[in-house]
Amino acid sequence: MNRFYRSMLFIPGNNPGMIQNASVFDADALIFDLEDAVSIDEKDAARVLVSMALETFDFKPSVCIVRVNPLDTVWGREDVLQIGKYHPDIILVPKADPEAIGTCHALLQDIEKENDFKPESIRIIALIESAYGVECATEIIKGSSRVDGILLGGEDFTADMQIRRTPEGRELFYARTRLATLCRAYGLQFIDTPYTDVNDLEGLTFDVREAVSLGATGKAAINPRQLEAIHRGFEPMESDVHWAAEVVATWQQAKEEGKGVFALHGKMVDAPVFARAEKILKQVEAVRGEELINHVE
Amino acid sequence: MIIQNPSCAGAMESNDILIMLHPSEDGVQIQLESKVKKQFGRRIESVIKTTLEQAGVTSTVVIARDKGALDYTIKARVITAVNRSLGGGSYE
Amino acid sequence: MLNSIGRILPDYVEGYGTVRPFMGAYENLTKVERKGVSALSNTCGGNKVREDLAELIGEIDIKDGMTLSFHHHLRNGDKVLNMVLKLIGGMGIKNLTIAASSLFPVHEPLVQWMKAGVVTQIVSNYISGPVAQAISTGELARPAIMHTHGGRARAIESGDLDIDIAFIAAPAADAYGNINGVQGPAACGSLGYAVSDAEYARTVVAVTDTLVPYPAQRVAISQEYVDYVVVVDSIGDPTGIVSGTTQITRNPIGLKIASQAVDVIEAAGYLKEGISFQTGAGGVSLAVAHFLKQKMLSKGVIGSFASGGITGYLVDMYEQGLFRALMDVQCFDLEAIRSFKENEGHQSMSASKYGNPHNKGAVVDQLDVMIMGATEIDLDFNVNVTTGSHGLIMGGSGGHSDTAAGSKLSIVVTQLIKVRNPIVRERVTTVTTPGETIDVVVTERGIAVNPKREKLREQLVDAGIRLVEIEDLKNMAYELTGEPEDLELDDRVVAVVEYRNGTVIDVVRMV
Repeated sequence: MNRFYRSMLFIPGNNPGMIQNASVFDADALIFDLEDAVSIDEKDAARVLVSMALETFDFKPSVCIVRVNPLDTVWGREDVLQIGKYHPDIILVPKADPEAIGTCHALLQDIEKENDFKPESIRIIALIESAYGVECATEIIKGSSRVDGILLGGEDFTADMQIRRTPEGRELFYARTRLATLCRAYGLQFIDTPYTDVNDLEGLTFDVREAVSLGATGKAAINPRQLEAIHRGFEPMESDVHWAAEVVATWQQAKEEGKGVFALHGKMVDAPVFARAEKILKQVEAVRGEELINHVE
Repeated sequence: MIIQNPSCAGAMESNDILIMLHPSEDGVQIQLESKVKKQFGRRIESVIKTTLEQAGVTSTVVIARDKGALDYTIKARVITAVNRSLGGGSYE
Repeated sequence: MLNSIGRILPDYVEGYGTVRPFMGAYENLTKVERKGVSALSNTCGGNKVREDLAELIGEIDIKDGMTLSFHHHLRNGDKVLNMVLKLIGGMGIKNLTIAASSLFPVHEPLVQWMKAGVVTQIVSNYISGPVAQAISTGELARPAIMHTHGGRARAIESGDLDIDIAFIAAPAADAYGNINGVQGPAACGSLGYAVSDAEYARTVVAVTDTLVPYPAQRVAISQEYVDYVVVVDSIGDPTGIVSGTTQITRNPIGLKIASQAVDVIEAAGYLKEGISFQTGAGGVSLAVAHFLKQKMLSKGVIGSFASGGITGYLVDMYEQGLFRALMDVQCFDLEAIRSFKENEGHQSMSASKYGNPHNKGAVVDQLDVMIMGATEIDLDFNVNVTTGSHGLIMGGSGGHSDTAAGSKLSIVVTQLIKVRNPIVRERVTTVTTPGETIDVVVTERGIAVNPKREKLREQLVDAGIRLVEIEDLKNMAYELTGEPEDLELDDRVVAVVEYRNGTVIDVVRMV
């Protein structure tokens, strides 16, 4: 089971000022972007700059992802080959389809062999941004054992569908639901598309709530100012955490007394309820990095 | 290796550096302009020199216009400029 | 000799005199003397108005070695200083001292008078632009004296700074010398920095482009101090009066710093009824006001006052009822000027009332929280806002040292690195404000508390604020930038930095 990232912050790959400060915003993951954020005649420069950045900084506490150019372009393969040497945690494959994932997998395999990296230590997230991608998402996931999750690219997807993107996001309902379900089925993370109006924090909060309710495990961000709302949205509410802690504590006590079912505040707690409570605490642990479940056994 | 084709990389923007390579046969010469030249001039020049050495460049005139780039950026811009020169093309 | 913060000072500086070393921010005189003013009474026989500046300058008999003073309320739009020097410059007068509360790029013509020996000394609280550059490179015959805003008022009142003629740019004046800052095309609001000059100079000249009928309203400087009223076409360019930096930063790093600063204010227990607050006009400082406003609104906290240079942002907070008063030494933008005209609680204060350590109580001493910037800060928390890391003068204390000393909680907000320069560093180029008056430094990569504030440190830790040591900040910065080389400076002293009590905290050497 891989770690879940509440937030993934896009950082333009040819902007030294933003790259060197990327770690100060406490994003769970950073996406250094060699694709859309970089103009055609700076693709080579951005590739080198991000390579040098990966060599120099560890960007902790954030995890490092690099979005390469599409693998069917002249830059895409070169991106993977160059960047791979500096061992990013994850490659984000744009315009993902089964072929692109297969290509990326093979390239990474060679890099890992050549550089003595642990096999499959460089992971893949598939950026699905077409109708075709949504429909063959199962094959995309199965295309490589490195795939840790899917990121939905809402702008390109709606363009491909020839439909309008709206602030409410009803047009994304199917893609979100399908990809979230699929990711849940395979134990992967599903990261929701970024909210494009960086000045509308209220709209973002609504959009995060929508993504959470449909089963997303995280959301991409295009501006550090969006991170707070995203983190808030993907963290369980304080009241839930409180409830879960109480359930787990009482459960352990009940177990010592040999009881399998008990009541808490008048409501029955059985195995599935306990499992849900434990899951909430684990989620918080993963995010906060502190131990909440007291394993006394 | 001697730089045959003029090339450049980087930009005159904050935290970046513009590196221009010119053909020359008199070894590596560096002309540095920087707001932080007094505090970091020697270090910037040494990063440029070392990166060129590692890329196998023995002769070029480097014109560097620095706007506060950190070492990793200086290194990246020098490598890109060398690559571009080797690619035959200069875009200036 | 060494002063109490370990800066090496000469015992005597040619053109300045014997150096009294800084021995601590709160080392205080029990008794101070104010100087007596020898002035002619009612010099001009009832008619104070002169239609021609040149005629007036002939009449007041300016001599070699005199001290002329100016205020900086018109900032980079000021025309009065250049106008006066243009007339005097050609008269063969030498060795003038220009005591201008601040100097801006617009005052470039002053450089030519420095080179010609017409002006041989400058006394100011903040200098930027060509004049600063020229002083740094040795164009001024005697060392400049850099004051704080409160320190300048102190120096004038004690006689340390003896003003022969004060030229007061007056947005509006009546024929008998009552001046206000709220009328006319160059209206600038408060005239706080000109008050001591008017009270203590031997001769006071109001220079105005707007003559109003007697008696003028909203009088800031009163007729009993004013000898002459000169009418000119224009005293200032309104577009230059407004400060360039009165926008909240959009830089996410600045916003992170600002929001953390507000967390510190809250954790230190100051986010409560009656809070008094001051912040500079820089982008990050304003963002602190923005986040503080949100917290005050959500918690229902009403503050007592906000002070200092006033911006539209503080006006907005005042008008929303978040502060009961604004204490205004200078208006930074048009909103502040409008509010100063309209709002009763928006009061003017003189520089002496604002920050003079030797009067009977300054506003800074009533201040809870001060948010301030830094060009550099060292491991002892000493702050430089006078010179850049290249050694050139590019500012000065202004109210920095005064508010740091007076406020209960002084917070420096700064990025850890700017243009490759580590802001937190082993040693600052020049000390402006002593570390003993700085409590907290907030950067995007960590927050450090002055080790002298043990109780504050505990409070912040208890409230869940993650702290690092100032050495950690320095190390983080150096890891990114590398260790800066030491500057090679000339021995010649080009400026003496006086702390607010008149002792010397540091000197600036020629670049």
